[in-house]
Amino acid sequence: MPIYHGLYVSLWSTLLPIFLIILLLFFKDSYLNYIVIPFLSEETIDLGIDEILYVKSFLINNISSLSTLISSGFISEGDANLLVEKYQESRVVSFSSLVLLSIILGFVSYKKLSVRYDARRRVERILKFIFFVFSTIAVLTTVGIIFSLIFETLRFFSQVGFFDFVFGTHWSPQTAIREDQVGSSGSFGSIPLFTGTLLITAVAMSIAAPLGLYSAIFLSQYAKPKTRDFLKPILEILAGIPTVVYGFFAALTVGPFVRSCGEYIGLTVATESALAAGLVMGVMIIPYVSSLSDDVMTAVPLSLRDGSLALGATKAETVKKVIIPAALPGIVSALLLAISRAIGETMIVVMAAGLAANLTANPLSAVTTVTVQIVTLLVGDQEFDSAKTLAAFALGLMLFVITLALNVFAMIIVRRYRERYE
Amino acid sequence: MSKNLSIRHRAEKRFIAYGFISLILAATMLATIIGSMIYRSIPAYTNYSIDLEINMTEISAEDEFEDINFRGIIRSSLFSFFPEVESRSDKRKLFKLISSSASYTLRDFIIENPSYINKKFYFNVLFTDDSDLFYKGYVDTSLSESERRLDNQEVAWLNELKNTGRVKNKISKNLFLNGDSREPEVAGFWGATIGSLITISVTLLLSFPVGVLTAIYLENFAVKNRITDFIEVNINNLAAVPSIIFGLLGLAVFINFFGMPRSIPLVGGLVLSLMTLPTIIIATRSSLQSVPPSIREAALAMGASEMQVVFQHLLPSALPGIFTGTIIGLARAFGESAPLLLIGMVAFIVDIPATFTDPATALPVQIYIWADSPERAFVAKTSAATLILIGLLILINLAAVLLRKRYEVKW
Amino acid sequence: MKLNGDLIMDEQKEQNNIRNKKSLIECRGVDVFYGDKQALFGINLDIGEKEVTSLIGPSGCGKSTFLRCINRMNDVIEICKVEGNIKIDNEDIYHPDVDVVELRSRIGMVFQKPNPFPKSVYDNVAYGPKLHGRILHKDDLDAKVEKSLERAGLWSEVKDRLGEPGTSLSGGQQQRLCIARAIAIDPSIILMDEPCSALDPIATAKIEELIDELKDNFTITIVTHSMQQAARVSQRTAFFHLGKLIEVGDTEKIFRSPDHEQTEAYVTGRYG
Repeated sequence: MPIYHGLYVSLWSTLLPIFLIILLLFFKDSYLNYIVIPFLSEETIDLGIDEILYVKSFLINNISSLSTLISSGFISEGDANLLVEKYQESRVVSFSSLVLLSIILGFVSYKKLSVRYDARRRVERILKFIFFVFSTIAVLTTVGIIFSLIFETLRFFSQVGFFDFVFGTHWSPQTAIREDQVGSSGSFGSIPLFTGTLLITAVAMSIAAPLGLYSAIFLSQYAKPKTRDFLKPILEILAGIPTVVYGFFAALTVGPFVRSCGEYIGLTVATESALAAGLVMGVMIIPYVSSLSDDVMTAVPLSLRDGSLALGATKAETVKKVIIPAALPGIVSALLLAISRAIGETMIVVMAAGLAANLTANPLSAVTTVTVQIVTLLVGDQEFDSAKTLAAFALGLMLFVITLALNVFAMIIVRRYRERYE
Repeated sequence: MSKNLSIRHRAEKRFIAYGFISLILAATMLATIIGSMIYRSIPAYTNYSIDLEINMTEISAEDEFEDINFRGIIRSSLFSFFPEVESRSDKRKLFKLISSSASYTLRDFIIENPSYINKKFYFNVLFTDDSDLFYKGYVDTSLSESERRLDNQEVAWLNELKNTGRVKNKISKNLFLNGDSREPEVAGFWGATIGSLITISVTLLLSFPVGVLTAIYLENFAVKNRITDFIEVNINNLAAVPSIIFGLLGLAVFINFFGMPRSIPLVGGLVLSLMTLPTIIIATRSSLQSVPPSIREAALAMGASEMQVVFQHLLPSALPGIFTGTIIGLARAFGESAPLLLIGMVAFIVDIPATFTDPATALPVQIYIWADSPERAFVAKTSAATLILIGLLILINLAAVLLRKRYEVKW
Repeated sequence: MKLNGDLIMDEQKEQNNIRNKKSLIECRGVDVFYGDKQALFGINLDIGEKEVTSLIGPSGCGKSTFLRCINRMNDVIEICKVEGNIKIDNEDIYHPDVDVVELRSRIGMVFQKPNPFPKSVYDNVAYGPKLHGRILHKDDLDAKVEKSLERAGLWSEVKDRLGEPGTSLSGGQQQRLCIARAIAIDPSIILMDEPCSALDPIATAKIEELIDELKDNFTITIVTHSMQQAARVSQRTAFFHLGKLIEVGDTEKIFRSPDHEQTEAYVTGRYG
């Protein structure tokens, strides 16, 4: 088959160059460091290291934006032209060497071809290998997550004690940015963040668990197909609304509403109360509880339901005493996944929960959460070596570990449960 | 006996009622969210403006545009309504009633239509957000002066202006066509929408081929061993990792390690595609699984290679399912904001991005930025942007549903 | 060959009339529809008290559907519609005033595949009595469970493992557990839907033995695939074909000298 011969040659002539291009793209930064910057510092003596970095960032973005630098008088036009020339030159060299490599590889593989040459098997082997490489990207992502989190977290613990972080009850990272305060590295006790997260999650689950479960029961056991077709999309839309919308709704409508309700019955409620954020998060999580519970309850063998009904049980009794116990593992894992979703949820709490790290169990007061602090610590420009920035990664690692544990646990339960019925 | 039965039947009815009420509550919440967004967005769609008489007779065509004092022209035109206003501070206050963008729009207009130089003409100028809200009736004049944004003097001026009959309420083009701005009356979500679209295209370009090929490999070629088992577990776990963790990954790896710039759609798209990947892989695998094994066996028996079976038989019939899964994954990425905050796409960006390396923000992040702004007029803008976002998502999901209905292969 | 519906109906009436025992269940003109499809056509059948009636016929002939009409289990299926008249003890069970829950508490049912609840053996049997609130004392409940298990011939095998999950028993034991569960609600009628189809021959023999013992106290209707089983356990046999009741009569007569050629063809194994 001639098509495979063609494929064979083109694969050989493009794969390695593409790989090299990807490498080049990834290491553009260091490439610029080694090729462009040395030249810069030699030829333009009056540039300091900060300015070189500045020029570099322009180069990374776009070579044409050098004109902005020239017009702002940052570097002289002659220097800029030299720079561009050098940069273009290095590009031409690397590009032409890639083309050359490609031609050589193509030629070599072309020489190997003959009518009897089994190109198809070879092509398929190469393709299979490419597929395998793609399939490792998911793993690389996880590895990337774990390594970047652990790496930054270790750097964080070189500045802040492990026990101070895990068991400390006082969180005020803001003091840490003031470098003139010798010895003051802020306090990074993460306990209030986790209690805050738990408090909001608890409020959310107390909404989502009953509403989600009862919705699932109604949909899977009682609703007629037409009702189901009408009601199920409502839950799906609820699941599809972006969290930022929920956050906006919580901050704009629910927060003030809860506050005025509280005042009406004589309670003092913070505007950014845990209750308001938790309520809205609960609504967001209803579909997560209901859709998985619905699935597992539908998966309970019909013979069990019939067995119970034939004994003269009402439908409600059948659901409560036979279907729910039979589907319990699935329901528990649905709840676990929902909890993990609530713990990791960011936008609602960023917009509707507070920043003050209060150690309290009162849902009417303002608390802060792990995700809120990650966002607060990392949004805006920051240096990568301050304890404040690194703390976000330590929090991220803990968040990752907790949600991962919940997910794995839920998955094991579901798997066991499947084995029981299959 | 019968009493017992009636108790049991009542319990049954209660039980059904709980289920029904739960669903109704969920529906009510949905209606409340959408309803409150619609209600609050009402002031956003129009903007009050005034036709000012622009006198350009003193300016000759030879003048450079930079030298023309557009601000002064507008000021004098506005002050001509109130000859009694003398003091500088009062004048400044008066001028603050109309949008500070007025002089720029006038300049842009003249640059485009130089023939208006030397002429007297009416030019439509926007009011500032506070005046706009006053005209729309959102300023409660019964409150004491200190509790509202406009004092009595300003209210009087605005009423007087209204009496001239030159004040109009027009559809706010800025909302739909502009980038972000500090001035609510100028700010629009077009820039953010474009930013979102660029980011999503990067996500699609990266995650679709990688996701589909990964799924094909795992489903058809991978030998069942520990490595592929590990990859599988990994993918399932990745699907449940909180999105903010992906933001941390993007920050640490793409920006800090590889030195990519902040705030660009390329990095945003990279991060979102890592997040979308598991969804696409899982959807692709399940639609590959739904193709009956007999098809595969038939093709193999005809002497097709594994690769040919996949690309000539399995993939074509699995494609609708793959597209649906991809669209759903992309829709989720489209509404995602937390990871984008961490990689700097939360910046204040006025220009409308054109390439995937231009600094940009995304529609959901724009909502976050506006929701954080103190100006009251941004509440309406945010609500309008929210509705647009939900509308776009519903459109995307509808496309997925239609695709599934239209092309789904039933075995 | 008599294919004329009226003639068949006349004959059925005749057959019903010559029965020697008092009939407990009387069915007249029962039609069942699944959506647009009709599954049963004008079934007229009387089932006698305290005897075993078996329903036989090729797969898809509607015998299970008919069985499920008797305790209105067809109500569970959304698209299923039952017309006609079924009386138990002269009470029309499809009358709107009839409480289907109460009706089912008087009729036990055993299914094709053993379906013990994922609960302990004890809780499986106690489920019905607890539900109906007929037995309030723990001691009485214990006695009830023991008696039911004993009648199902399972007591000696499970008396030491009452706390174990019902699903941990063997297939035959599970099915007898389901029978015990059905007996525990003191039904007057027990419906069995191919109770032995998922069991091995030894377990099947035990169940058949049990059915024989139970007929002294219960009216039993059994759907079965196996002609031998029908011949062994039942006093009367009804042959269904394509949703119609072809012939009903004493088991001996059906198997030895049926009136219809179709019946004969089926019971002799030439067909179906």
